[in-house]
Amino acid sequence: MSNAPAEEIPAEEIDLTEANEIIDKYLTLPGNLMPVLQGIQDAYGFVPKPTIDLVAERLNVYPSQIYGVLTFYAQFHLKPRGKFIIRVCVGTACHVQGAERITETFFGRLGIGHAETTEDLRYTFEKVACLGACGMAPLAMVNDDTYGKMTVQKVDEIIETYNARPMK
Amino acid sequence: MSDNAGIKILICQGTGGISAGAKQVEAEFTRLIAEKGIVAQVGKRCDVVKTGCRGLCANDVLVDVITPELGRITYDFVVPEDVAAILDQHIVNNEVIEKKKAKAYYNTFVDQQMRVVMTGCGQIDPERLDAYLEEDGFKAIEKCVKEMKPAEVIDEVKKSGLRGRGGGGFPTGMKWSFCAASPGNHKYLICNADEGDPGAFMDRSILEGDPYCVIEGMMIAAYAIGCDAGYVYVRAEYPLAIDRLQKALDTCYEKGYLGKNIQGWGFDFDMRIKKGAGAFVCGEETALMASIEGERGMPRPRPPFPAVKGLWGFPTNINNVETFANVRHIINKGSAWYASLGTDTTKGTKIFAVTGKVKHTGLVEVPAGMSVRDVIYQVCGGIANNRKFKAVQAGGPSGGCIPAEVLDTPVDYDSLIKAGAMMGSGGLVVMDETTCMVDVARFFLSFTKMESCGKCVPCRIGLKAMLDILERITEGRGEMADIDTLLEMGATIKKASLCGLGQTAPNPILSTVKYFRHEYEAHIQDKRCPSNSCKELLLWQVVPEKCVKCGACLRACPSNAIKWEKGEVAELIKENCTKCKSCYDACRFMAIE
Repeated sequence: MSNAPAEEIPAEEIDLTEANEIIDKYLTLPGNLMPVLQGIQDAYGFVPKPTIDLVAERLNVYPSQIYGVLTFYAQFHLKPRGKFIIRVCVGTACHVQGAERITETFFGRLGIGHAETTEDLRYTFEKVACLGACGMAPLAMVNDDTYGKMTVQKVDEIIETYNARPMK
Repeated sequence: MSDNAGIKILICQGTGGISAGAKQVEAEFTRLIAEKGIVAQVGKRCDVVKTGCRGLCANDVLVDVITPELGRITYDFVVPEDVAAILDQHIVNNEVIEKKKAKAYYNTFVDQQMRVVMTGCGQIDPERLDAYLEEDGFKAIEKCVKEMKPAEVIDEVKKSGLRGRGGGGFPTGMKWSFCAASPGNHKYLICNADEGDPGAFMDRSILEGDPYCVIEGMMIAAYAIGCDAGYVYVRAEYPLAIDRLQKALDTCYEKGYLGKNIQGWGFDFDMRIKKGAGAFVCGEETALMASIEGERGMPRPRPPFPAVKGLWGFPTNINNVETFANVRHIINKGSAWYASLGTDTTKGTKIFAVTGKVKHTGLVEVPAGMSVRDVIYQVCGGIANNRKFKAVQAGGPSGGCIPAEVLDTPVDYDSLIKAGAMMGSGGLVVMDETTCMVDVARFFLSFTKMESCGKCVPCRIGLKAMLDILERITEGRGEMADIDTLLEMGATIKKASLCGLGQTAPNPILSTVKYFRHEYEAHIQDKRCPSNSCKELLLWQVVPEKCVKCGACLRACPSNAIKWEKGEVAELIKENCTKCKSCYDACRFMAIE
């Protein structure tokens, strides 16, 4: 669950327009911290440090409180993530059907562990507890595409497919 | 169905259906109906309807074709290539395509159930308000507001015997009356859709398949309790459910079913969705409220109970999705009818998500009190691959396992607790002889340890310590004293933890030790795993006496580590083996150890 501190990205590289628009949208809503952070996560793919300072200032909360929320929930990320997010379900049904084999094969092929990103920013790998399609266990997802009844062979096919996709 | 003269094509589009390609199937139907001029050919209306989940997700894409001549026929595993044949043969020529038709077990699966909560799922288009209105939608809330006092509504729910479907089983009517009795004009209503239990997905299917029935249930509760605002707290992992519910809410506002002075009945109610952010503990009510307020989702001690001091300090009532989905049926058909279903202590029906090593995985809704055996063998077709049943885990990470000797336990709150499991959210994970119970206990504990919020010591430290012991045992480094240590720690953690997560986290361990102590002992004393599941204790060799020379292991192996000739015993070449266990799962005779 814990995240390492975000790497320093110079502030001028980040365009805060979108973050400001998101804050404007939720400004008057009670309990608006989470929806704002979720909006930023969706827009930027992670929560960049400059946006945290911005949110702190505009919503009048301490940055420490924002970090508290960001590090508590699995959905938030403080570092840039890959273009293709591979999620392997390790819920009960998938575990019983051998999900561990699938995760370990991905680890071996990609050279990254849980919640890590490849250096070329192509892949991020995550284990998740239950994607709710237990009838198709074991299950993997790449971004929004679902792959059911996974096998070790299918892992290689998936990696081949996405290696061939352009990064732009 | 109101319009019997036309033809209806129902395409299952729950998450399962969509991942199997339901959208492409729908597009193909729409395209070909126009292209072939089907409507002109048969001279009837021809509606393609996308519906929610039907329950048998393993067979998606499911397509039901309803014609006046042939009635309702179900096709399963439909792919876009099948669409032209269905249109030509079935719809134009009135001939059923026997080889695409769902096999007899599909009807058994459906007929053995009793659909109350899920009546709309798989029948109606979840995104059309009119479809819901045709099914007597919003009749129940209208009846409440026009004919009943709030106290009478609570009484009706009390008399029905409905208990909380989130798993705790607290009487719903009583809960409502606590919050109704709290002073104040401003009260909150929350629907808990943070279905975090791995292996349960009924709440998601209800929201995806019939979102209006949850909205109506909440309106009825709001009227009865006197709440003016409501939240639905949905897991972030359920984008489709969030999307459909949001559409339903927007439509309700547009058509005057939510907001001020609903339908001119003089009743106000506002609702919005709150997206979770990936924390299992947020299913606990006090943590959930902290999360809505924009804090870390940490539970707090009770009292004060939410009914007295909840969200932002106002009286708050929280129920689960399935609980709310039951309410309209109680009002429409009367509490006496509802109370006639089920057992003495558990009324109505319960939806179970049956997964694991069973032939037909999916969602089943059965009257409370059916035996676990019947759910597994009658409804879901028994164990897959002709293997032996070992146990079924009920109630997710807070539940326990039910071995063969107590398989006749009826599914109601109290009997399941007596058997050492619990209703929980209604996940039933079926396990066969190849599932190691120590590993299952380890799995649940690693989940609860990871999801523990860390606020209280017994849960934060205790679960970690228990997990260390279990990991040692599964790696063959356990000692006999460990079993007693686990039992002792489990009892302490149950007593001393702050919230339901910690109080129930040791259950899987306690129940596996109770029923499967011999498996723990085999891991510790003989350094072997009787189910051939724990990697560290495997020998990676073929047992010649057990091998039937079928070659299934060769086909499964991704790394050329199996040598096999037709009619010969297989051989495992250790140099090539990556220890992925594909061959273990492929072998039906447990011939690899």
